[in-house]
Amino acid sequence: MAISIDEAVPGPATDDAPPERRRGGRGRMVVEVLLLTALAVAMLFPVLWMLETSIKENRDVYAVPAKFFGFEVTLDHYKDVFVAPGGGQSDLSGSFLNSVIVAAASTVLATVLGVPAAWAYSRFTLKAKKDQLFFILSTRFMPPVVVVIPIFLMYRALGLIDSKLGLVLIYAAFNVPFTIWMMKGFVDEVPAEYEDAAMLDGYTRLQAFYKFTLPLLVPGIAATAVFALIFSWNEFVFAIFLTSSQEVRTAPPAIAGLIGGTTVDWGLVAASAVVFALPVLVFAYLVRKHLVAGVTLGAVRR
Amino acid sequence: MAGIDVTSLHKKYPDGTVAVEHVDLSIGDGELFVMLGPSGCGKTTTLRAMAGLERQTSGDIRIGRTLVNDLPPAERDIAMVFQFYALYPHLRTRDNLAFPLRAEGKPEKEVRERVAEVARMMQLERLLDRRPHRLSGGEQQRVALARALVRRPQAFLMDEPLTNLDAELRADVRTEIKHLQAELGTTMVYVTHDQVEAMSLGHRIAILNKGRVEQVGTPLEVYDRPASLFCAAFIGSPPMNLIEVQVAEGALHGPGGLVLTPPDGLPRDRSLVAGVRPEALEVTAPGADRTVPARVVSAEALGDEIIYVVDHGGGTDVRVRMPPTVRFAADEQVGLRHAGGTPPVYDTSTEELVA
Repeated sequence: MAISIDEAVPGPATDDAPPERRRGGRGRMVVEVLLLTALAVAMLFPVLWMLETSIKENRDVYAVPAKFFGFEVTLDHYKDVFVAPGGGQSDLSGSFLNSVIVAAASTVLATVLGVPAAWAYSRFTLKAKKDQLFFILSTRFMPPVVVVIPIFLMYRALGLIDSKLGLVLIYAAFNVPFTIWMMKGFVDEVPAEYEDAAMLDGYTRLQAFYKFTLPLLVPGIAATAVFALIFSWNEFVFAIFLTSSQEVRTAPPAIAGLIGGTTVDWGLVAASAVVFALPVLVFAYLVRKHLVAGVTLGAVRR
Repeated sequence: MAGIDVTSLHKKYPDGTVAVEHVDLSIGDGELFVMLGPSGCGKTTTLRAMAGLERQTSGDIRIGRTLVNDLPPAERDIAMVFQFYALYPHLRTRDNLAFPLRAEGKPEKEVRERVAEVARMMQLERLLDRRPHRLSGGEQQRVALARALVRRPQAFLMDEPLTNLDAELRADVRTEIKHLQAELGTTMVYVTHDQVEAMSLGHRIAILNKGRVEQVGTPLEVYDRPASLFCAAFIGSPPMNLIEVQVAEGALHGPGGLVLTPPDGLPRDRSLVAGVRPEALEVTAPGADRTVPARVVSAEALGDEIIYVVDHGGGTDVRVRMPPTVRFAADEQVGLRHAGGTPPVYDTSTEELVA
C-alpha cells in the first residue's frame, strides 16, 4: 500500500475524521476545497450582489458591463425604504412594521400556548397521548400552501381577510405544533422531581411549574421562539393570499410587489431585502448561546 | 410522628393502566416500612399517593388520624426524598435547606437555627455555600435528606433515594438512614427495588407485584416463608429453588429422589412446589448418608461462599450455597441432600403458600 503524505508525516490530530479522508491525500483535499469554494461563491454571490446593488447609484445598477468595484456608494435606497419620495413614511416601512407586529404577536401566542401544552404532555398521563401528539405533528406534514384556499374561505366567512389578527392567528396555528414538539423534548429533560418537591414545600402544581421548571426551560424557549419567529417573519404564501391592503400587508409580499411594474427599482428592492434579512440575523446572533444550549441540552446526564 | 393507613387504595390512569389495585397497608408510628417490588409494581405510585402527588382513583389514606385524601401535599405534613435529589439548582445548600421552612413562613431566626442544627447533624457545614452542581452525588443526597429532616414532618417518604449513588456510597448512606431513623424515631416509608436495601433497612417489608401487595412481614418472615411464588423468586440471591414435589409416605418427594420434610396440613390433591433456600441444601461427597447422586454443573466462588449449580436429574438445576472450604470442580459427581427444616410449600395453580 502506498503511503500518503498524511500518513507519513504526523500532522495535527485527525482522529475524529473518518479514515477514508486521510487516504485521499493532498490531491483530494485540493479538489474538496475547490468544490466547496465554488459552492460557497454560488451561494453567497446573490447575497453579495444584493448588498452591492443596495448601495449603488441607479446608473451603476444598470451599467454594462456590471461594476463589481469602483462604483459610487450611496445610501439613498435605504432612505427610500423608510421615507416616501415626497417626505413622510414610506409604504415599505409600514409593511416592515406590520411584519414586526405579526411575527412578534404570533410567536408570543404560540409560545404562551405551546409551552404549557408541552409541559402537560410531558408530565401527565393522558388518554391516547401518543395519538394526540401524532395528530398535532400531522398538521406539519403538508406544506401550508395546500390549505390556503380552505383557509381563505374560512377567513372570508369570519371576516378575518386582510387583517393583522388573521395573519397572527394562522402563523400561531402553524407554530403551536412545532412549539409543543420542540418544548416537550426540553421539558422531558427537566426532572419532574423539582415540581414534586416544590409541591411538598407548599406550592400548587402551576406555581411549581412557573417558579421552578419554567426558569430551567428559558434556553429551550428562546431556541424555539427564534424558529417560530423566523417562520412567521419569512412567511409569504398566506401573507399574499390573505392580505390586500397596504395597511395590513407584511414585508415579504410588499417587497415582492416592488417587482413587476414597467420599471423596477432594483436598488430599492435590494435595500429592502437587506433590511428584511437583518433582524433574523441579529436575533439568531443574540440568542446563539441559547441555540447551542438548546441543541446540547439533551446531552446533560440526569 | 404518626402512622399511615392506606385502605383499599386504587389507582387507574386515564390511559387505562391500573398502577395500584386495592392495596391495604398499615404503617405503624415510628416504623421504617419498606415497599419492595420490581419496576412497575405500583410501589412508587402508592408512595406518591401518600404524598399527595397523585390522586388515587378510590380508597383512603390516613396520616395519623387525619384523612388526607383531599389535602394538597404541603398540608399533609410529610417530607419526601427523591431519586434525583430534586435540590433547587439555583439555590445554595443553605437556602435549599431553608426553603421548606421559609415556604411555611417561619421567622428567619428559627429558620437559621434549624438549618444550622440539621447541617450539624448531617455534617453539611462545609457545603452550606455551594450550589447543587458543585456537590457530589452522595453530598447531594445528604442535602436532600437534610432538607426533609429540617421540616420535622410526621412522616418521611423515600423514593429510591440510593439508586443514583455508586455501590460503596450506597452502603454508607443506607447505614446513615437507618441510624437517623432509629435516633429520631420517625415514621419512614421507603420504596426500593433492591432487596438487600429492603432487608437491611426495613422493620417490615411489603412486597408488591402488579399493583397488589403479595406479602407484608418482617425481613426474616419474608425470607423464611415467602407468601407466594413471586415473593419466593424475588427475595434472596440466588433465589429459592422451587422444586416440584409429591406427598407420599409422610414425606415430600422431589424429582431425582430428593426427600424433604413435609409441613403439617398439606392438601393431597393438588400439584405442589417446595421452596428450598440454597443454604438449606448441601453438596457432599458422592454416596454420603441420605443423599441423592448429582453432578456439579458450575461453581461460582464468591470468596465468602461458593454457589454450586447442581443437576440431580430433576429437570431443573438447583442452587446450593456452601462455605468456601467445600471444594468441588465442575462436572464432578457429588451427593445432594436437604439439610434445612420444613420448607414452605406452594400450590402451583394459585401460586400461594399452602403450608
